[in-house]
This record gives sequence, structure tokens and C-alpha cells, in this order.
Amino acid sequence: MAAPVRCMAGSTSIGNTTSFQKKTRSKLVSIPGTRPSVQNGQLLLSSGVSSLDYVIGGGLAVGTLILVEEDRYDSYSRMLLKYFLAEGVVCGHELFLASARDHPDEIMQELPSPIVDDVASLKIGEGQPQPSDPENPDTMKIAWRYQNQPRVQTALASSMRFGHYYDVSKTMEPELRQAAKCHSFYQLQETPVTTGSSLLPSPYQALLKSIQTVIRKEGFDGSTPQSKVRNVLRLGLHSLGSALWGDDVCCKDNPAHCHALTTFLYALRGLLRTSLSVAMVTVPSHLIQNRAVMGRIIRLSDTAIALESFRGSEKETNPLYKDYHGLLHVRQLPHLNCLSCEIPDTKDLAFKLKRKQFTIERLHLPPDLSETVSRVSKTEVAAGCGTTATGNKHLDF
Amino acid sequence: MFPELNSILNSTPDSLKSSDFILVSDRQADASFLIHHYLSFYLRAGCKVCFLGLVQSFSHYSAVGQRLGVSLTQAREKGQLVFLEGLKDSIGALLQEESSQGTQPLSYLRSPAAGLKGLFRFVESSVRQNGGRDDGESWGPPVLLIDDLSVLLSLGVTVGAILDFTLYCQATVCSELQGNMVILVRCEEEDADDDEEGSNLLQRGLVHQCNLALHVEGLPTGYCRDIHGQMEVWWRQSGETMYNQRKIFHFKVYDKGASFFARGTSSAVL
Repeated sequence: MAAPVRCMAGSTSIGNTTSFQKKTRSKLVSIPGTRPSVQNGQLLLSSGVSSLDYVIGGGLAVGTLILVEEDRYDSYSRMLLKYFLAEGVVCGHELFLASARDHPDEIMQELPSPIVDDVASLKIGEGQPQPSDPENPDTMKIAWRYQNQPRVQTALASSMRFGHYYDVSKTMEPELRQAAKCHSFYQLQETPVTTGSSLLPSPYQALLKSIQTVIRKEGFDGSTPQSKVRNVLRLGLHSLGSALWGDDVCCKDNPAHCHALTTFLYALRGLLRTSLSVAMVTVPSHLIQNRAVMGRIIRLSDTAIALESFRGSEKETNPLYKDYHGLLHVRQLPHLNCLSCEIPDTKDLAFKLKRKQFTIERLHLPPDLSETVSRVSKTEVAAGCGTTATGNKHLDF
Repeated sequence: MFPELNSILNSTPDSLKSSDFILVSDRQADASFLIHHYLSFYLRAGCKVCFLGLVQSFSHYSAVGQRLGVSLTQAREKGQLVFLEGLKDSIGALLQEESSQGTQPLSYLRSPAAGLKGLFRFVESSVRQNGGRDDGESWGPPVLLIDDLSVLLSLGVTVGAILDFTLYCQATVCSELQGNMVILVRCEEEDADDDEEGSNLLQRGLVHQCNLALHVEGLPTGYCRDIHGQMEVWWRQSGETMYNQRKIFHFKVYDKGASFFARGTSSAVL
């Protein structure tokens, strides 16, 4: 390619000692709601929960698959899926939602409402740039230097920030929700496709075909010309592997279609790698008896986390866990385009769902405050450090 | 290419052993950094490499390869590297109704019970091709790299079919063409009891066939930030040695390489 060679020649002719080239021409950076990773330059987007972004290394990389192992009553994993989709609505990404139990529209109606500082900019009615109106006494006084600058208008409420906060007690306004383009796949309404020689059972086959059609039609794999603004597709697949998807991996010890879900995930990851999309898949892993299958499912995804909620278990009354709603296990972090991934400090993480935030914290053991704990006497330490210190008090300077 | 690993295994790109079947396996850890090592090692040695990339895309390997100092795109253009994009081509193979010639190597996706004949034909044809280099010489002995073989179990292929495939490959690549083979297998926990068709069976079968086995695991004492795991090296008895040798090292993976050290000598400890 001629262009990089030219750049290199240019830099050496100037006599620079560094060949560092700042990436400014990359088109992908201009997608709202995404940012490049500091580690390896991957394009990241937020999962909707900022502490989860931190735990998985900055965010979800575009083109990858995150697997969420559901907790027993599917309360927190469903919450994570809703955060993921709500983040997509706020950032203006396209959505694809597939579920077998609840209709996708019901899940969309439950999306949490975002907490924004400037609520006015999210109203859809202000599509046209409004002329500045200095005579109106209600408008805010702005410094005179900037008065004649055109106002920045985000026409369709796509926010440039990375990561937002949501208020769980309120649902998202219908206008905001309907502004986002959402494709849905409801398993119970699909007509079964009878394909003769197919490895996958019919629901997975239909879902895969539907995802491929959406990606091709909307141009996420680059097949349509560059006239459209680039955008990212967020796929949310709820409770894959459960019996409603026609799969018996959750029901039996030796399922008849034990390779259906794994083949589906393999093909899905292949689709994601060739397009600008991110998928979040929730799997009821507590129902899968075969540990080997669960291990394979984890290895077939890029990022894998598991939620274990305390509700209904004996841990609910354990004083150690009284501040939290459950434990979060990070099962796998991806190595994407690099040898080593972000190594977490600790693997003991617990989560807590508050009204305005889903926090994930390090699980600290409470300090041992009993009398039998020996403490190092501070005066001995001070005397040891100072060579000319004559006093024994630890407050001596 | 990791220089410390070369000194542990006594091999350099200039003086590599031929007819070697190297098995890289891991249990609840990630041994793919060794595959990147071998890829850059054999490309530097000037061998003709056939790489079956079944779990990651070409750009992933090429990005890591650049950090390790080899250019995979150049090698592919020159004909030194033949890369099978298993992941990206899988969706086409699964969803299309009619079977065409283009998807022959991935025929196991449509009918896994039939085995891996298509894949073997692909390997054989790419390994026997003798396209010369630009300066007129031919490439070195052929090398087959597979990353990773155990994903075929997730796609429905039986352990017996996979072992047949590796046996055919070994007969062609190692014995007949005096080349090398490096295969990555990822295993489960040891105590998975319903394991008749499992990856542990596959790993045991391959250990029986190989010359050198590198097994990567996490530390037995638990998670540690500074030591990423332990690697066990096992050599099959060859001419000079009387018995099979086995050594254990700890390793830490960096951005541009990995360092290996004897147990207890990590820089975090000393």
C-alpha cells in the first residue's frame, strides 16, 4: 500500500527519531458511544454498567461476544441485558433482541430510564437547529464571544459520552425508546423452517439466519456502500439454551442436541468478527448439568461472567454478604489482537443493584477486631527508623 | 518467538528439529500464546506453514505477529503461509443450502458425523504445494499449525474422527515430508466424569502420538497476578535419552513476549 510507505518516508526525512503516527484518520472512532481501548486500540463500547466496563477491561470490544451466566431467578442477568439495550438506545446504536419466553417488546418496555444532566437535549422534537434568540429573556445568558456560534445539536439524541447511568425505578420514555431502531426475534412466533440437512435445530438456525439478514441488510459488515453513517449493532439474546429454544441441554444430562448451542455460538462469533456488532448472550447455566458443555460454551465466547445472587440461598443471611446482592465471577477475559489481556487485581467481586447504579465492588473481608489480634507497637517502629530519635512517642518528627 | 522458550526447548530457527509433533494443551488456562510463538518461530525459520485458524480471525494473529516481529500478510502474499479462516467462513458453510466446492475444508460443519476428510485434503494440498520463493529456492520443511483442535468437539465431530485426522496428518507431514506439526488442545477439569467423548480423551490420545507436550495450567496454589501459570514440558524418549524427561516452569506473558523461569524464581518473589 502506498500510503503508509509515504508517511514513513516523510517522518524519516524530517529527521524525527520517533515513528509514532497518531491515528486520526480512523473512521471508526466517530461512532457515538464508542472509544478506542488504551491497551490495544480495539474499539470499545459500554455495556451500560460502568463498573462492569471497568471489570472487563474498559468495555466490550466491537466484534465480540459476552456471555452472562444467569442467576437462579434471572433477575440480575435480565437487568444487565436491559442496561445493555438501554445504553444502545441512548447512544443511538441499532438493537437486535431475541427471546423465547417474553416478547421482545415487553423487555424493551422495561428498559431503565437514563439519568441525564441536560434532559432538554434528549427530547426528540428538537430536530432542527434552533436559531439563537437573544431577545427572549428566558434563554440563558451565554458569554458574548460564543453567542453567535451555532449551537451543537444532537438531532437524534445520540450521546457522545461513554457510559451512562440509569434510574431503575423509572422506565425509559417511549419517544426515546422508539427513536432507536430495534429488530426483534420472538421464537414463539417464528414459523419453523424445515431444512433437510441441518446440524442446528430449527430455532437456532432461524435466529442465525435472521441475524445474518439484519447485518447484511443494514450494512454492518461493510457490504453496503459508505453513504450511510457507520453504526454499531447490539444483539441481546435472552436465555439461550433453555427449553423454549427447542434445546434440551438444560433438561437432560446427555442431551440429544448437545452440540446445538455450541455450534450456534461458534457461528455467531464468526458473524460478529466480520461486522460492527456486539452480542450479549445470557445462558441459564445453573440448569446445565454437564460441566463439560458449560466449559465449552465459556471457551466459545470472548468475555464470560457469571452472576450468583444471594436471594433464596443461605448466603442471604450471612453477615459477610449483607451489603451485597450477589457475587460476580469473571470466568474469562479475551485476548484480542494481543498476547496478554488485562489481568484483574482480584477475582472476589460482589455486586449491588441500587436505584441509580449497578455497582460491582471488591469483596472485602471485614477487619478482625477481636482483642486477641496482635498489633505491632508503633513506638518500636518509630525508634527503629530514626537514628537520633530519643523520644519514644510515635508522633515525634 | 520467545527466546527463553527456545533455550528451554533447545531449538532455534536456524537449527530446528524435523519430524516433530508438538502438542500444546491447557486446562482452565490459555495456551494460545505458545501458538503465536510457534507461528513466528517457523515463519522466521523459512518453513512453509499451513495454519488452520479455527477460533480467531487472521487479523488477530497478524496483529500479535507484528508485535513479535513477523508480518503474516507478507508471508501470505509470498506464499509462505496458507491460512484457513475457519471462523469467518463457518457461517457460510452452516447456512447455505447447497454444498459447493468452496467450502470443502469446512464440510464437517454440515455433517460432523462424516469426519474430517475435507479438512485433511485441504491440509495435504497446501503442504505439498511447492511454490518457490522469490529468489528461486523453495521453502523449508512444511509445518502444520492448528488452533485449536478441541473446538471441533464442540461442533459435533467425534474424538475418533479427530484422532484419525491427526494420524493422517502426522503420517503425511511428519513422516513423509519430514515436517513438523503443532496442535493446540484445550481441556476441561480432570474430574468431569461423563467423559467418553470429551477433550480429556482427545488429549490423552494425542499425548500418546506426540514427541513433545507442553501443558499449561494455572498455579496449583491459586490465582496470582505476577505469575500467570505453570507450563509442563514433556519430552518423549529419543535416541540420546534413556527416559522421558519432564520439567515444570512458571511463566508470565507480556505484551511482546513471555518469560519463563524456574519455580520459585519469579521476580515478584525474589
